[in-house]
Amino acid sequence: MPRLLSFAVFLAIWWIAALLAGDAKLPPPPAVLGVMAAEARSGDLFFHLGATLARVALAFTLAMALGAAIGYLMGRVRLADRLGDPWLILLLNLPALVVIVLAYIWAGLTEVAAIAAIAINKLPTAVVTLREGARALDAALDEMASVFALPPWSKFRHVVLPQLSPYVAAAARSGLSLVWKIVLVAELLGRPNGVGFEIGVAFQLFDIPLLLAYSLSFAAIVLLIETLLVQPFEARASRWRPRAA
Amino acid sequence: MRLEVDIAGKTFKSAAGEQHDVIAGVTFALNAGEAGVLVGPSGCGKSTMLRILAGLDPDFQGRIARPAGARIGFVFQEPRLLPWRSVEDNVRIAAPLADDAKLSALFEILELKAHRNHFPGELSLGLARRVALARAFAVEPQLLILDEPLASLDAALAARLRDEIAILMDGRSMITLLVTHDVDDAVRLGDRVILLSPRPARILADVPIRTPRSARGDAETAAIKSEIMRRINGSPAKQDAS
Repeated sequence: MPRLLSFAVFLAIWWIAALLAGDAKLPPPPAVLGVMAAEARSGDLFFHLGATLARVALAFTLAMALGAAIGYLMGRVRLADRLGDPWLILLLNLPALVVIVLAYIWAGLTEVAAIAAIAINKLPTAVVTLREGARALDAALDEMASVFALPPWSKFRHVVLPQLSPYVAAAARSGLSLVWKIVLVAELLGRPNGVGFEIGVAFQLFDIPLLLAYSLSFAAIVLLIETLLVQPFEARASRWRPRAA
Repeated sequence: MRLEVDIAGKTFKSAAGEQHDVIAGVTFALNAGEAGVLVGPSGCGKSTMLRILAGLDPDFQGRIARPAGARIGFVFQEPRLLPWRSVEDNVRIAAPLADDAKLSALFEILELKAHRNHFPGELSLGLARRVALARAFAVEPQLLILDEPLASLDAALAARLRDEIAILMDGRSMITLLVTHDVDDAVRLGDRVILLSPRPARILADVPIRTPRSARGDAETAAIKSEIMRRINGSPAKQDAS
């Protein structure tokens, strides 16, 4: 219920602002909805949303898997931490735009370049978060696992992974929002499809209803994935915790 | 089946970089079916010794001979359960080969039947200890190590849990090593009481108890206890003078 109310308030503010600003700057909700419906009917909306989602999924998975592995290694092995740390600081502070432009220059305007650039942007935050998680692993439980001679897979699944899962959830949450932001820039600069490409077209034509139609559809998808995938995962991972606020 | 312990020395380096001697020289051996009890003042290095025995701490001078590939059941001082797994899963993860009937019997003796599906965070310390005991016995250990399993429980609860431990120990032939600072527990559960000095730990006395655990009456227990108390309190110098 509170969610619906906050959505209604958003619509109301938009409508009032549209009346005050005029159609040319901010079209009212029905106009944008109309464009959205037209784009949906022609199939363009789903095509572009799908292209963007596929890039997000690939880049996100790639960055999470690599980031988790590197982060775990850096948290457990001192030498790896020492070797990796300067690279990590460099990557953390490298602007996304630089990575994307360089990727397109070196690998051409290709899908591989786009996905790699997005993944490289997300990678360091995943590494940092998982490194903290690996450092915080409980040595007492480690001893328990080795006294009882738990097989490696069992130890990973029952002892290590549950301790890392809050960190994985945090990395996924912050990483996903980062990927949502960067994927559109990568598409705008060098892809012939996707939400970012459509927004680029709308910008060149100054077609504000089209721009809003794609932005809002995209925002809706993000919200949907957060509530249907990320939040349930977090709730499940922390179900053993005595309930906090 | 025999456990031979020969720890010549163990030093710790504190955070400030100082060297501390924890164990000065401890040598003893236990045969299958025998329950040894290490008794000593707090902080004398008992827990350190158990960690060395279990192979968790390879950094010491001396030698430990354990039966090759022996299954170890370890009850740590803090229960060390997996907070994200249920009571039953905690036991099953450590003992994947244990069958249902055996687990049920174990849960029955340790009064855990009603708590199988609870998470460790929902248990009192006494119950969490019982889960740790169930886990240690479920692996059908050849070497059972108990580190102060009755500490910080109230007297009545400790007595009940001690009886339950005695039942479980009688049901299985293995080498048992128990650490406690309570002489009463030592005499009721052990076949041999090994008295340790304050840090750095040395063996002060090795007192065998000949009567089997189940046949020990209250009078006999009291007699052995006073004998041990005498050994702890009486200094060798005084005995020489008399």
